[in-house]
Amino acid sequence: MAKIIAGVGCSHVPAIGAAIDLGKTGEAYWQPLFKGFEFSKRWIADEKPDVVILVYNDHASAFSLEMIPTFAIGCAAQFQPADEGWGPRPVPVVQGHPELAWHIAQATILDEFDMTIVNKMDVDHGLTVPLSLMFGQPEAWPCPVIPLAVNVVQYPPPTGNRCYQLGRAIRKAVASFDQDLKVMIFGTGGMSHQLQGPRAGLINSEFDRRFLDKLTADPDGLARLPHIEYVREAGSEGIELVMWLIMRGALEEKVHERYRFYHVPASNTAVGHIILENPR
Amino acid sequence: MTDYSEAFKDIPGTVIFDATQSRLGYHLNMFCMALMKAEQREVFKADERTFLANFPMTEEQRQAVLDRDYNRMIALGGNIYFLAKIGATDGFSFQNLASKMTGASEDEYRDMMIKGGRPAKGNRSKSEWEHHG
Repeated sequence: MAKIIAGVGCSHVPAIGAAIDLGKTGEAYWQPLFKGFEFSKRWIADEKPDVVILVYNDHASAFSLEMIPTFAIGCAAQFQPADEGWGPRPVPVVQGHPELAWHIAQATILDEFDMTIVNKMDVDHGLTVPLSLMFGQPEAWPCPVIPLAVNVVQYPPPTGNRCYQLGRAIRKAVASFDQDLKVMIFGTGGMSHQLQGPRAGLINSEFDRRFLDKLTADPDGLARLPHIEYVREAGSEGIELVMWLIMRGALEEKVHERYRFYHVPASNTAVGHIILENPR
Repeated sequence: MTDYSEAFKDIPGTVIFDATQSRLGYHLNMFCMALMKAEQREVFKADERTFLANFPMTEEQRQAVLDRDYNRMIALGGNIYFLAKIGATDGFSFQNLASKMTGASEDEYRDMMIKGGRPAKGNRSKSEWEHHG
């Protein structure tokens, strides 16, 4: 049977992708950030997941205002890196896992989560930056990736609790998949940041650290945090953090916090990173 | 739903992209989507006004684009992730756009971020901005 072995929380700042693609990771500004992912790269190389379910949000790349799915699962065999206005990132094409993706789509829909099934979707920095941070710059990504896009652009996004419950449904769905697969789930975006208006540049390290503490130890409590608190405390784009609750919901109640890293700033954003392992 | 949307209005310097903004800014944001193709970016750069005329936007929205007035574009229904495509077409990063929206120079803004960013304290409620100007 398939089994979720671990969850990874990780910011997905576009400037991090640009720093990697333009060979700037050694610069004084970027060095501390990339140092914070050295452990994680070794860890994931040792763990060798067979599939990654990657929860992220599309930033007006695949989904404009024509269609705005709340939860969209990528069931295609391949996903091309999107042109976000700079040309596509020079990263490998993302290989999907249609069999598991379709299984999760069907199982979660029957579990009363109304997923949108997507067979054609370019993937933007929201998906490719976490892959770069965890896997570096390989010729091909080391495993298939199932994109799970969450609307956090058009209000209202799904509640934290809805995300957390979807995570639980994904946990059940994966456990009922009839192949021996080691699965990881990434929750991406955040942490505190605001990209718009006179309040841009907001950072709240206290909120972020409390969020990470509760993610590990009190996810039920964290799931009850209303949207207004995310926006007030962590900035308008801090709302992306609801996606980390999908990752957390997909894990067991009790997890082992294997690693944590926090750094300010990457461009406009507080970068948070956490690795949570399920009991063996 | 009214209470849900109203609550966000107390947050200073922030526009929530809700149903009202989305309806207001639909064509402005869809113009931004056209800039996702390299050849369209070239056509836009060659003659911005003519390119903008292809989209059924208000004249105010068109002028805000020509002026690169991002706060105005947001007030008129623009969403930052869409508007960032104008910035990318101009060769500007998110950080550059953010500095413009705060009225700081790019260097001042970058320094603020390196020093830990804009604190939440004093920036949670409109009442805090009114007291301190």
